[in-house]
Amino acid sequence: MPCSKVRRVHIPDGLIDAPTSAVAAVVAIGGVGVSLRRAGEVLDDRGVPLAGLTAAFVFAAQMLNFPVASGTSGHLIGGLLAAVLVGPTVGVVCVTVVLVVQALLFADGGLSALGLNIVNLALVPALLGYPVFVGLRQLLPRSRASIVLASGVAAGITVVLASLAFVAEYAVGGVGGAPVSTVAGAMVGTHVLIGIGEGVITALVVGAVLSTRPDLVWGARDRVVRRTGQPVVEPV
Amino acid sequence: MTSRRRAGVWAFVTTGLVLAAALAVLVAPRASSEPDGLAKVAIEQGFDGHARPSATADGPTADYSVDGVADQGLSTGLAGLLGVVVTFVVGAGLVRAARRAAQRRAAAPSG
Repeated sequence: MPCSKVRRVHIPDGLIDAPTSAVAAVVAIGGVGVSLRRAGEVLDDRGVPLAGLTAAFVFAAQMLNFPVASGTSGHLIGGLLAAVLVGPTVGVVCVTVVLVVQALLFADGGLSALGLNIVNLALVPALLGYPVFVGLRQLLPRSRASIVLASGVAAGITVVLASLAFVAEYAVGGVGGAPVSTVAGAMVGTHVLIGIGEGVITALVVGAVLSTRPDLVWGARDRVVRRTGQPVVEPV
Repeated sequence: MTSRRRAGVWAFVTTGLVLAAALAVLVAPRASSEPDGLAKVAIEQGFDGHARPSATADGPTADYSVDGVADQGLSTGLAGLLGVVVTFVVGAGLVRAARRAAQRRAAAPSG
């Protein structure tokens, strides 16, 4: 190993015990299976390259660690971003592809922890984060800026929810004996800061796509209206 | 769906892929190398020592660096480019297969 510093941003093997990891793997297989099946039903022709692009973009963005506090960095998770861009079910597939490729090719995220990482970073954003986005969108006026704001705020909240999912996993099967309450405090404290970065990046990306191809943003498909008053894409 | 509109999607996707590749090749080597939120908490709370090296840790592109490329920045950039290509191909391929499967399911009961 030429470099002593091992670059990793996901749960490695060994931090969460085998039974807990196995349960997470079963949940992940179920969740991704259902998502894949549903994704096949809701997609049109355009969805195929867009899903590939979303996976590739999330992969690239996850490499861009930004400093959040002394000695700590954060990086985009991209789960909520993917859900807003291509829909929650296709988004689960995209983020799962990223996590599997990272684990297999780049040794980032343990193979035994793959289920845990999929639950936290793919399923939590789709099942918990996306409803937050939809709720915020309903509360705000019908405009492009509202979609951008809702996606940014929901992305930030999603990061904290994902960090709480890890805390729950640590509480059930964590090794090392750290008190769950202090792990929870440290995880939430750090991830509030990271969530701000996630929110800003998500809002910028959603804003950029909305300004070029609003018809390609799943989370805006029945909300962004043309001057004629018609949605740019018919709701499904 | 007109072909003109689909071409527009491919133009968008191509632009996006170039952007993702540029981020991976040009920006990722300059990204912060401090531990991320999870790793930092694991270190501070004293359980990071239980982490085991991944079974893929000896792979030729482990730790986002390509074996045999001495320059660390170039090595990270090449690993990033590989990841962008692979995630695009696997993501699009998987979703395409899911779409085909759904179309077969939809066709099956009626004929």
